[in-house]
Amino acid sequence: MQKIAYKLEHGQKTGNDSLLKRILKQWDLQLMVVPALLFILVFSYIPMYGVLMAFQDYNLFKGFTGSPWVGFKHFEMFFHAPEFWTVMRNTIVISLLKLLIGFPAPIALALMLNEVKSRVFKRTVQTISYLPHFLSWVIVSGFIMSMLSTENGSVNMLLQKLSLIYEPVNFLSLPEYFWTILVATGVWKEIGFSSIVYLAAIAGVDPHMHEAAAMDGASRLRQMFSITLPSILPVIIVFMILAVGNLLSAGFEDILLLGSNPVLRDVGDVIDTYVYRIGIQNNRYSYATAAGLFKSLIGVFLLVGANYAARKSGNSLW
Amino acid sequence: MKSTTGDKVLIAVIYSLLFLLGLLAFYPFWNAAVISFNNGTDTMKGGITFWPRQFSLENYRVVFEDSRLINGFVISILRTVTGTLASIAATAIFAYGMSKSELIGRKPYMVLCIITMYFSGGLIPTFLLIRELHLFNTFWVMIIPGIISVWNMIIFRTFFKGIPQALEESARIDGCSNWMVLFRIIFPLSGPVIATLSLFTAVYHWNDWFTPSIYISDTGLMPIQTKLQQILNSNIMSEQLAQMDSAAQGRMSRMKAVTTKSLSMATMMVATLPILCIYPFLQKYFVKGVMVGSLKE
Repeated sequence: MQKIAYKLEHGQKTGNDSLLKRILKQWDLQLMVVPALLFILVFSYIPMYGVLMAFQDYNLFKGFTGSPWVGFKHFEMFFHAPEFWTVMRNTIVISLLKLLIGFPAPIALALMLNEVKSRVFKRTVQTISYLPHFLSWVIVSGFIMSMLSTENGSVNMLLQKLSLIYEPVNFLSLPEYFWTILVATGVWKEIGFSSIVYLAAIAGVDPHMHEAAAMDGASRLRQMFSITLPSILPVIIVFMILAVGNLLSAGFEDILLLGSNPVLRDVGDVIDTYVYRIGIQNNRYSYATAAGLFKSLIGVFLLVGANYAARKSGNSLW
Repeated sequence: MKSTTGDKVLIAVIYSLLFLLGLLAFYPFWNAAVISFNNGTDTMKGGITFWPRQFSLENYRVVFEDSRLINGFVISILRTVTGTLASIAATAIFAYGMSKSELIGRKPYMVLCIITMYFSGGLIPTFLLIRELHLFNTFWVMIIPGIISVWNMIIFRTFFKGIPQALEESARIDGCSNWMVLFRIIFPLSGPVIATLSLFTAVYHWNDWFTPSIYISDTGLMPIQTKLQQILNSNIMSEQLAQMDSAAQGRMSRMKAVTTKSLSMATMMVATLPILCIYPFLQKYFVKGVMVGSLKE
């Protein structure tokens, strides 16, 4: 009885009420959800629809409805632009470098932290290494500029003390160091925070397996690679898929802030910064949107591809 | 269990590596703090590493006397408080509705949400939308577009689903409506998840410099991070100038660069301060929060 009364009150199907009637019956629940969905429609779906301007000669005064359609013109322009190959190369190289070094680093940190018996030491290292994640890129870029500065930069001072260099090097205006700086900064900022998930996964590994392995004479290193690592493999794969899906997001804030020197454009211009520069600063909206859309398309292919590969290995996102 | 020599070596290597890592993670921060406490003109002689050489609060005095920076600080606080409260409240209410199995249209609603996690219109269409909505140069451009976070909604929803159904049912028998259940039963039981997501949202609002940098041109509305970015930017410019120009001119702009440097270090410290203050208290929450977030439904 109570159940039917509850169902009636909350608009679940009890008889042959029409859909609209049932929705009106649960108007309070709908009121919680519908305004939020409208927000999502406005701020996420309208821009998605707006992507169509990549196929237009978008004119600010004529607006979306009045601007003429031009097909793939802007895509062709982007593919033939002199910067195209530089931008593509930078995007791919920086992304791959970040993935190659930034992805395994937190796993290694978690494996190492797991071997630490001293709680105080472990907590201290964790607390310190999580902190940079909470600092803004502006602050982090400030640290990097200060550390690498020729004036009082600790890196230059250290290298001079060690007699590796004789004159301070202005690292941030030399293209050959830019990728290293980007990757190192990225690892510095996120290594601790990203390790949390892996630490949690490691904590869930059955200790009996380690005991059994130790009985059989496996060293700690051996246990690390033959028990801990395989046990957390599913977590690693899920995060790998996510990382591959985001592969082309080579970074935006870091490159924008650290690579503001035009000398670095040859090595630092990626699709995202290109879109920003061309679109927001030079007001070439349609062209920039086309470049951005091209990036999103590759991103979706990468995500689907990575998931397909992962499904074959038995761990997939969906 | 006995440990072999190999194990001892491994442990020693791991401890040293972790110590080095801790030092590397901490040093840039410490060094910037030290420079901010050192006399500006003394700093340009170089050699400041672990301790200030000529301790001075001058840099901070200048920062706190600069009304533009203080104004930026106030805007940042206003933005963080308003943005966090609005976003957490709106997203939690949304999530509660989405957690109810009797909600009609739940599946299509969810699909609508999930799609936005994988696709977006990108920078330019969003930029033009904000323009159309006349949000340019308003305080609200920093609050409204991000008010609903699908990611946070999913975390909230997962948490709400874990709350025993019986609690809600007994409240209903006592005559509570859905809204009353939400405010009297669900919210009071959701302390940890609210704390974690509030922390992440607040950190986002405090740290975001990019949104205001493209949507706001009125300096009176700019938060501290955006102003700091402008200061740092001019700082590199002057350093490069110092390198290129002739000796005399170089020395002059170098003097300027170094004082801007110690000033920007002090501003950086001030801009980091709120995070440093709340961070230790919330650490245990966010470690749990990351777990909740990483769990797939």
